[in-house]
Amino acid sequence: MIFKEKTFTLFSLIMLIFYINNLAAEDIARYEVTGNSIIKPLNDLTGKPERGQELFRDQNKGNCLACHRLSTLNDSFQGNIGPLLDNVTLRLTEAQIRLRIADMKQVNPYSIMPGFYRSPERINRISPLYEGSTILTAQEVEDIVSYLVSLNLKSSGEYK
Amino acid sequence: MKPFNLSLFQFLLLFIVCLLLISSPLKAELISGYDFLSNQAKEMQNDDFQNPGYAMIEQGLTTYNRKGENDKLCSQCHGENGDKFIPESIAQFPKFHKILKRPVTLRDQIQLCWGKRLDNFPLLYDDTDLLALETMIRNKAYGEEVNVNISGNMQPYYDAGKKFYLTRFGQMDMNCAQCHDIYTGKMLRGQKLSQGHTNGFPLFRLESQKMVNLPQRLRECFRSLRAETFAQDSDEFRNLEIYLNARGNGLKIETPAIRY
Ligand code: HEC
Ligand code: HEC
Repeated sequence: MIFKEKTFTLFSLIMLIFYINNLAAEDIARYEVTGNSIIKPLNDLTGKPERGQELFRDQNKGNCLACHRLSTLNDSFQGNIGPLLDNVTLRLTEAQIRLRIADMKQVNPYSIMPGFYRSPERINRISPLYEGSTILTAQEVEDIVSYLVSLNLKSSGEYK
Repeated sequence: MKPFNLSLFQFLLLFIVCLLLISSPLKAELISGYDFLSNQAKEMQNDDFQNPGYAMIEQGLTTYNRKGENDKLCSQCHGENGDKFIPESIAQFPKFHKILKRPVTLRDQIQLCWGKRLDNFPLLYDDTDLLALETMIRNKAYGEEVNVNISGNMQPYYDAGKKFYLTRFGQMDMNCAQCHDIYTGKMLRGQKLSQGHTNGFPLFRLESQKMVNLPQRLRECFRSLRAETFAQDSDEFRNLEIYLNARGNGLKIETPAIRY
């Protein structure tokens, strides 16, 4: 009897986790790739640079510092697998940055960089915990895009 | 004159090509995960008292000396404390089993003896007794060079393992080679990427403060890739083990190693 109760609690807990997980999952926005960019913001959302900075650092979200460096941040552990992202807007437009974050593999199919908004259908053996979801939501991608774009404005004194 | 000139030209060309081939490393130099450790972690590995792997070896010896259901003992075939194990032979796993006609890992071989020779109920692949026996036996080949045969019967399994190694998995959508061949030596956050060799397994992980065998470590890799994992005794992981071990052929066995 005790065993049964325990299994039941465990079962309900697992179902709850799946439920919460599903709440977090959203319908994945369709987007059009033009050349090597996504011109329209995902779902026509507006990004918030301050939130973008948090997501950029957060190990469970963008985790961008695992591979990249940004000298304006003083986080001690920054990776060097990808390029330094200071002044990335001197090399890329906002629309180009958007595609690189959403799905870098559409630019370079051999890239190690995860597609943060890559369609789950194009993923091999996704864990059941993340089924049907993308690493970041459309809003989160826009937040990070706006953050990277703001960096250049900042150095020329226009952002805060 | 003309033919001579031409052959001289050809000779020079060949000479230059040979020089280039000799000077450029055809195969990247093998580097053990040990070389990526901090001095403190290196010391821990080398000190029998600090290295938790030696407690696991002790546990392995206890299991080794436990009578089977048929009252037989491992030592009847393999000597007191496993003294009759041949290091060269231990270093060759996984190898082709002539009767079963398939490759067996050292873990599989332990399971075979456990079941067939001692008549015991099979161990779960997660069982600490199995981990302990593997640690104790692999340690008998400490310092021996990994030497997996990948020709003949083993070839198709090796090829399958290599293909797996190059397959991208999970929401992170990465393959093993990206971290352990292409970006080796680069920093992933605070962690320097090693070549991902297997010469230290079973080993003690500083991150989880636990002894793990290779399939247990692979399952952690899959979790971090947000991928659906494979069973510990699956053909996929067995083939991958063949590829990974063979990829490190020539590295010295360090069991029980310390790693991040
Ligand atoms: C696992 C490693 C990894 C992670 C994590 C990662 N990147 Fe990258 N990124 C790369 C690599 C490598 C490149 C170089 C381009 C390539 O691979 O083709 C790159 C390129 C880029 C570029 C283009 C830069 C240029 O100058 O061309 C941008 C922009 C970028 N990353 C942003 C991000 C952001 C934002 C995040 C987090 C949301 C992120 N990256 C996470 C590895 C990574
Ligand atoms: C995003 C990067 C990344 C990917 C992809 C990756 N690994 Fe690793 N791996 C690591 C890190 C970091 C460590 C711990 C530090 C080290 O040894 O490099 C590690 C450690 C290992 C080790 C232990 C090395 C030792 O010396 O004990 C093995 C074996 C290994 N990985 C195999 C694999 C295999 C097989 C795959 C593919 C299924 C894989 N890795 C995919 C980053 C990665």
